[in-house]
Amino acid sequence: MNGPQRGGVAGTIRFSFDGKPLLARPGDTLAAALLANRIGLVARSFKYHRPRGIMAAGVEEPNALVTVGTSGRSEPNTRATDVFVYDGMVARSQNRWPNLSFDVGSVLGLAAKALPAGFYYKTFFGSAKRWMFYEWFIRRAAGLGDAPTAADPDRFSQRAVFCDVLVVGAGPAGLAAALAAAEAGERVILVEQDSVLAPSLVRDPQDLDPAWAEATAARIGELGGRILLRTTAAGYWDDNLITLSQRLAEPGEPPAGGIAQRLWHVRAKRVVLATGALERPLAFAHNDRPGVMLSQAVRTYVRRFGVVPGQRVIIATNNDDAYLTAAALRDAGAEVVAVLETRPAPAGASSGFTVHNDTMPLTTNGARHHLREVSARVDGKIVRWQADLLAMSGGFTPVVHLHMQAGGAALDWDDASQSFLPGAARQNVVSVGAAASVAPVGPTPPPENPAKAFIDFQNDVSLGDVDLAWAEGYRSVEHLKRYTTLGMATDQGKTSNMAALGRLAEKQGVAIPEAGLTTFRPPYTPVTMGLLAGRIERDAGAHLRRLALFDVHQARQPIWQPLGYWQRPRAYPQGAETLAEAALREGRSVRTAVGMTDVSTLAKFEVSGPDAVQLLELVCATTVGKLAVGRGRYTFMLREDGLVFDDGTVWRLAEDRYLLTSSTGGADRMAVHLSYVRQFLCPQFRVSVVNVQEHYAGIAVAGPTAKAVLAGLIGEEVPRHMSAVRASIAGIPVLVLAASYSGERAFEVYAEASLAEPVWNACEAEVTAQGGCLYGMEAMEFLRIEKGHLVVGGEIDGRLTPHDLALDKMLNKAGGYIGAAGLTRPALTAPGRRQLVGLEAIAGTIPEGAMLVTAPGQPADGHVTAAALRVLESGSIALGQLVDGFARHGEELIATSPTRSQSAAVRVVAPHFYDTAGERYRD
Amino acid sequence: MLLITCPHCGPRAQLEFVYERTVDSVVQPHTDPTEAMERLFTRANPRGLDDEIWRHTFGCRAWLVMTRHRTTHAIAAIRAAGPEALP
Repeated sequence: MNGPQRGGVAGTIRFSFDGKPLLARPGDTLAAALLANRIGLVARSFKYHRPRGIMAAGVEEPNALVTVGTSGRSEPNTRATDVFVYDGMVARSQNRWPNLSFDVGSVLGLAAKALPAGFYYKTFFGSAKRWMFYEWFIRRAAGLGDAPTAADPDRFSQRAVFCDVLVVGAGPAGLAAALAAAEAGERVILVEQDSVLAPSLVRDPQDLDPAWAEATAARIGELGGRILLRTTAAGYWDDNLITLSQRLAEPGEPPAGGIAQRLWHVRAKRVVLATGALERPLAFAHNDRPGVMLSQAVRTYVRRFGVVPGQRVIIATNNDDAYLTAAALRDAGAEVVAVLETRPAPAGASSGFTVHNDTMPLTTNGARHHLREVSARVDGKIVRWQADLLAMSGGFTPVVHLHMQAGGAALDWDDASQSFLPGAARQNVVSVGAAASVAPVGPTPPPENPAKAFIDFQNDVSLGDVDLAWAEGYRSVEHLKRYTTLGMATDQGKTSNMAALGRLAEKQGVAIPEAGLTTFRPPYTPVTMGLLAGRIERDAGAHLRRLALFDVHQARQPIWQPLGYWQRPRAYPQGAETLAEAALREGRSVRTAVGMTDVSTLAKFEVSGPDAVQLLELVCATTVGKLAVGRGRYTFMLREDGLVFDDGTVWRLAEDRYLLTSSTGGADRMAVHLSYVRQFLCPQFRVSVVNVQEHYAGIAVAGPTAKAVLAGLIGEEVPRHMSAVRASIAGIPVLVLAASYSGERAFEVYAEASLAEPVWNACEAEVTAQGGCLYGMEAMEFLRIEKGHLVVGGEIDGRLTPHDLALDKMLNKAGGYIGAAGLTRPALTAPGRRQLVGLEAIAGTIPEGAMLVTAPGQPADGHVTAAALRVLESGSIALGQLVDGFARHGEELIATSPTRSQSAAVRVVAPHFYDTAGERYRD
Repeated sequence: MLLITCPHCGPRAQLEFVYERTVDSVVQPHTDPTEAMERLFTRANPRGLDDEIWRHTFGCRAWLVMTRHRTTHAIAAIRAAGPEALP
């Protein structure tokens, strides 16, 4: 099935393209295999759906984007030139319907004026309705491949390494640099994006015997150097950190070792960029037709893959390199009909080919799949040649991407080669080989028909689009780029940017370097999302913290609820109970008898030392100094801007020893805050702050009979409300804090986490004996909402002042706490602030997270921060924030949640629905 | 990713560190409210060297002050902060 042009070894690898079974030879890229099978039409262009073939032989390929692989392994927008065929490969063309050859979308190409440069901007600036109308069509017409919907079955690994020298590119220059470094005793890593060493020597063996590359690589290996093939230096970051993307399996290929790709983080002392140069296309009408290829790419297909892409060839060039292609084609048996040379005579005169000087192609003709004819103006007359291949060379662009990502301060313009060369660099990096200097070129005349002379093939931008953007007033290269989308495709303008810059400079009447450059951004070639995610794709890298009593809870099969990094029991349903039923049963048990729950996740800090109280009076906005030993109190903390960001309790355990608790979700933030205050603001303090969050497990016992439960457990007088005692339960030392979140008389029992299970079991036995049960987060929410207690992340959302939360009476009158200065800002006491209110439903159930409006269609006046059901009575209640809410008690509002299509009529009330006098705490 | 030389641990990758704030936005306790608010809300945003507070959170957890160029990222100096740096 291999094309008749290909001699030698027969194809043995089976693959398919658009469902058609084909054969490839070992070492073929998909592009080489398609060309060998005489498949010219490979893709449809992004915007106009123009038929496109293979233009290049490397990663710069703008046209031949395909989807490779199936199901979760499918990889869209893969360059056919950058994937090596493996047995069973399934490749599909993209952006066409119903098929590649007959594509309905290509009618857009006939009416290209319908989608001119800046089309999106113009549409956006029109009426919204116009955009809504176009959007449906554009979303379907424009685009690339489809992202896979199934999960990727493969693994992606990451590795971090150090080296003395990282060499990017294993061409002759890179190999030589790597060998020199290895011989000097340096640790060397050499990376090559291709699957073979020195692919340019395979293309041009006249320069150097390819066997030299093998021998050099072997020597580097002997000296301890590491060589990675199929590895692309994708990004160059600060302090010589380079990220490499290594393909262990080809796109869509089931990996042998389970790992498809590896992301390397390489910190190098020195970096050598031997990244080579990319050939530029020439701009002339219909230069995007299948059969129009880059000259060096043609030579690569002939010499490396044994594929001769055409039999009657026109060469178009402005430099000497293309004559090597002409010779390679002639040697392979193809007929070089003519060389169109932009340079004046005698350029090309000694080549032995028919050379027409001072000319370049005018236009091309052909069918969807193949080129048929090339025309040019020779000596003032239009000449047409029958040809099935046009090999073009517009000169070479050094690959300076990594140099510029490294913070290259400048690029030096080289007039002879019409290219930018790497200049001074901020990091320890040097460019060598073709990345540092390329051959001179002749003039590149402007095309006669710029509208069809494509420069950015992937985004369908022609020189005519650049002209249009200029005519519409876009002067800066950055604006030009965004307006035309030039260089913004997945190839990042590897083959297009120089042509656009040249045109812009010509319009501006300046030299190219003065026209400016756009920013080079990583990655150099696209990387897959799986590679970046590595092994953390499932949990986004967030670790799971397990309660010390996890096994105890798990045995009772609770409904788990995520809370920060923790999972906490939400409810312990019995039988067929729903979550709400279980929570109400648990809550009623607390209100009428007793309940117990795990509160281990609360943030806890031990603050001790002679200056402990000074530190706490900085962090807490309430007074701490007057606290007697053995007593505790509620407290809250302000940010420097005066807004409340957390709350908790502070306990004086001994003369200069305190326990500070705060919210679970804010635990890490509080740890950093305390560290900042203690270490940075007050380094002179004689105080120690120890995070004991996970050191202690905590059990809350709450309810009218909680006191009896505790008395039975500790066998001594239980502490009164907001007092602390040390005791022992089941032989384990415990700290008992009499504090209540539920509104009932309650105790928090803390034991060392690893010893907590017997304590829990003893508590549970006693609670059960008193007719109580376990309760979870949901019941705790109901209880605390009914009581009007606050939660961080709900009512305390970082936007309210102590006054807004009705906490201002507790502020330390002496001031001096963090946030006291911020509280003096006039805006924080101005009218119109949101304030804490209670809400009770007049009709319906208050939706969680609803906004509060005075009438349907009105803007939100506030929102529901937490909604609940009354525990003992029926009714829906909530806490919320309402503009000037303190003065609006009694007002009727609508709590509406448009996203859930739920709403309820509510009445604004005080934020306490249960035991407002606090009598249930008293013995 | 920067390579940051912790005064206690030596050169480490930036991902071990967490940025806190610039030094000129530090509000010392008992600062006059007007000055405190100026430090928080109307501070300078220099295009050039700036003193920044970082913490070696996933290392020794110590605080440090880094003089960093805000366009080139070049680190001119790093010194320890906190009790370790007291005279």
